[in-house]
Amino acid sequence: MTATSGAVRKFDLHAFVDGQLDTERRRAVAAYLGENPEAARRVAAYQRQKKALRALLDPVLDETLPRGLRAPRPVRRMVHVAWAAAAAILLVVGCVVGWQLRSIVQGDGLQESDVAEQAAIAHAVFTSQSRHPVEVKADEEAHLVSWLSNVLGAPLRAPHLAPLGYSLVGGRLLSSTDGPAAQFMYEDASKHRLTLYVVNNARWRGKAEFQFAEDRGVSVFYWIEGTLGYALTGEIARPELLTVANAVYKQLER
Amino acid sequence: MSDIRHLIVDQIPHLRRYARALVGDRAQADDLVQDCLERAWSRMHLWTVGTNIRAWLFTILHNLHLNAARKQRNTPGLVPLETGTADPPVRPTQEDGLAVKNMWQAFSSLPEPQRAAILLITVEEMSYEDAAAVLGIPVGTLMSRIHRGRERLRALMGDAKDEGSESGT
Repeated sequence: MTATSGAVRKFDLHAFVDGQLDTERRRAVAAYLGENPEAARRVAAYQRQKKALRALLDPVLDETLPRGLRAPRPVRRMVHVAWAAAAAILLVVGCVVGWQLRSIVQGDGLQESDVAEQAAIAHAVFTSQSRHPVEVKADEEAHLVSWLSNVLGAPLRAPHLAPLGYSLVGGRLLSSTDGPAAQFMYEDASKHRLTLYVVNNARWRGKAEFQFAEDRGVSVFYWIEGTLGYALTGEIARPELLTVANAVYKQLER
Repeated sequence: MSDIRHLIVDQIPHLRRYARALVGDRAQADDLVQDCLERAWSRMHLWTVGTNIRAWLFTILHNLHLNAARKQRNTPGLVPLETGTADPPVRPTQEDGLAVKNMWQAFSSLPEPQRAAILLITVEEMSYEDAAAVLGIPVGTLMSRIHRGRERLRALMGDAKDEGSESGT
């Protein structure tokens, strides 16, 4: 007796309950159930079990996610702020040579929004960690920076933001669609955290970007400098984040 | 590429539901999901586009859970937590009543492999193939677990009592 010969076997009853039979087989099992009260009782019991478990567990789906899990939907709507970007660039870049404002959306493999999205998610995931927010702590900063520089294949630096009230917590290595990524985490006295996310992509050479995106209270400034893409992320207002971005930018271009 | 992140985020409530039912304790379950998300995030490049991201995430979660359970067993001096819990993961409403609470107690008493199989199939509504892949077992083994688990539940809930000599084969 094979499953296709028409004989209904015990696993068919489960597949019937679970909706995992094709039409023909389902009809065969339904007919069988009509003639076998014992099997029908069994199927009814399985269905009751299923219903009870769903009644117990489905409400979990509607619960508000705890903060640690509320990985925000990645910055969905990129705000292409050409004017604001121009102003920001004046502010941030000052007299830097080589900073060119280019068309932002020309599909040139920049994928800057990807950088911002990945940075935003990494920010949400790791800043919510109390025990292990970073892989390497700030007391091993030299090691952290040389390690991440080696992996990314570019000399990195962890900017010092103490004058702005933020101290380095440490950093970690992440993977991204552009290869390895570095995340530096900062924290102020009231435990507000900022992250600076860095990826290296040779295709970006000669490009210049500076953009801002915001989604559900998470703000991201991201820019490209040389082959490095940076994203500074925080749950703070835009002007405040811009001040920090300004400081970061100045230190990194040196 | 942003699609994958949307897909992951969409699965968070489902991962929580499964984890809650598996480990019982809410905080412990959310820690497990958190670990799973971190792992998924750092290994996103290993996921093959077009394959089932749900099965991928549940596999990560399941393996983390097994590792944690193994570690706990191997830690001397610690008594392993009893599987399951007497309290339903969510407070039953009035109309759900006693039957649902009993159901939860019965379900919690099943061996974990059977609970995992039943959860993936009936609550998460995965295909048998996906569920077997998540648990790392052949489909035949999965079916046996489902069968044994459901028959055990039937007996515990008193649904099998009228059937005399009918054994749960």
